[in-house]
Amino acid sequence: MNFLHVLGIVYRNVVIIRRSVPKLFSLFGFITVELFLWGFITLWVETVAPADGNYEFMLLILSAFIFWSMFDLSQRSFGISFLEEVWSRNIINLFASPIKLSELMLGFALIGVAQALLAFCYVTPLAFLLYTLKIWDLGLYIIPFFINILVFGWVLGLVTIGLVVRFGPSADILAFFIPFLLLPFSAVYYPISVFPPLLQKLTFVLPTRHMFEGMRIAITEGLIPLHNLFWASNLNLICVLLGFLFLYWMLRLARTKGYLSRLVQD
Amino acid sequence: MTTVLSVKNLTKQYNNLTAVNRISFEIQEGEIVSLLGPNGAGKTTTIQMLLALVSPTSGDIEIFGKKLEKHREELLSMMNFTGPYSLLPYNLTPKEGLTVFALLYGIREYKERANLLLDEFGLADLATKKIGQLSSGEHMRLGVAKAFVNNPKLLLLDEPTASLDPAVAQELRAKILKRVQESSGAVLWTSHNMREIEKVSDRIIFLSRGQIIADATPQILKKRFGQEDLEEIFITIAKKPISKSP
Repeated sequence: MNFLHVLGIVYRNVVIIRRSVPKLFSLFGFITVELFLWGFITLWVETVAPADGNYEFMLLILSAFIFWSMFDLSQRSFGISFLEEVWSRNIINLFASPIKLSELMLGFALIGVAQALLAFCYVTPLAFLLYTLKIWDLGLYIIPFFINILVFGWVLGLVTIGLVVRFGPSADILAFFIPFLLLPFSAVYYPISVFPPLLQKLTFVLPTRHMFEGMRIAITEGLIPLHNLFWASNLNLICVLLGFLFLYWMLRLARTKGYLSRLVQD
Repeated sequence: MTTVLSVKNLTKQYNNLTAVNRISFEIQEGEIVSLLGPNGAGKTTTIQMLLALVSPTSGDIEIFGKKLEKHREELLSMMNFTGPYSLLPYNLTPKEGLTVFALLYGIREYKERANLLLDEFGLADLATKKIGQLSSGEHMRLGVAKAFVNNPKLLLLDEPTASLDPAVAQELRAKILKRVQESSGAVLWTSHNMREIEKVSDRIIFLSRGQIIADATPQILKKRFGQEDLEEIFITIAKKPISKSP
């Protein structure tokens, strides 16, 4: 592992994010607007739902929103870092340089983590100011779930990159669409008990389901749901492996079929 | 003399199309070899295989005696290229762009290297302008500067002076030649400018329909084809692909 290579990727992304107003808006703007949206929905739910000491809607829904946003950012940042190279027609220079795939992916992952942490450090005080949400009250046991969320974001980033390599720049819409596809089945805002029995079984393979279900248990019951953590972490590990294998396969195919040069022609 | 690049029976097939058909050639240290041929002759595919962007269907590529497919990262760190199909990131400045590539090629003194290249290629005044705002000539100079970021031992230049006016092209050519002489590297150069090719090449390889049809010095080629002008030879080949070197 050559850390100068990784630094090159990080430096390139930091420069363009720092300079671009739209990129800064996508980092802080969307999450602010969505915080208002979910905050008001929750305020309304609290007024109409029967009082139940077990459900602190504000804490449950807004923390779910914040953690889902971190997942979304981690995935989007990962995929867009690659797409940025495609859009600027620099991708050939990158693949013709001595950087290894693992170094490239580590660079993208670091950028994803940095963006997610920045957004987290911005949105949590804002949520406190607007709705007196004290997300730090959730305690340290949220950290393993948070890490799992970021890692699964990278996995979907690997899949997005693989699909762009295979199908060309027109597949860039997937960078935004893939997390949205998982949202209803990840039990982010509601428990898995609301799913029909068959769907409960089918969604078992989704690490996000265990992450968000586990976080909800941590919030409502104040304990570490080891069962959820076990499945979230292990399924995540399998997904990381499969994500890398998929990307290697797509790159191999791209080199055989000449798709890489098409990335700058489409 | 050390063999820098050795290509043996290199073939690339896309379904029914044979883009490159069993080509073999070598480039020695300090040698500038031009790869010529009409559009679709297989030049870019060959260069892309040499950069490990496209996998050969069959055949071997060895650089300094090592197989490219097995030592990809190590060998790419000793090579570099510039080509019209790869632009530098439009949203960076030339200084930032060269810094990124110095890092990607593992140069520890990346800031110094970027500044050195900016000065050497007359880009210092443009250092803070966005790459997307550069003229095509300035962009081309930057592309060549990027190609020297790691002082490559094997340089692949795909039309490095296309879209430059003759004066700027001459200046850039002189800089490339000086650099290559200093580093005693090897160069594979493609261009459609036959005068340029004649000036820079120690040897010329003509490709047509994916096959090498001639590989010789400019003087020998002229003699063989009975032409005084490389351009005439090129036109002859482009119009009527020949079976093998006369």
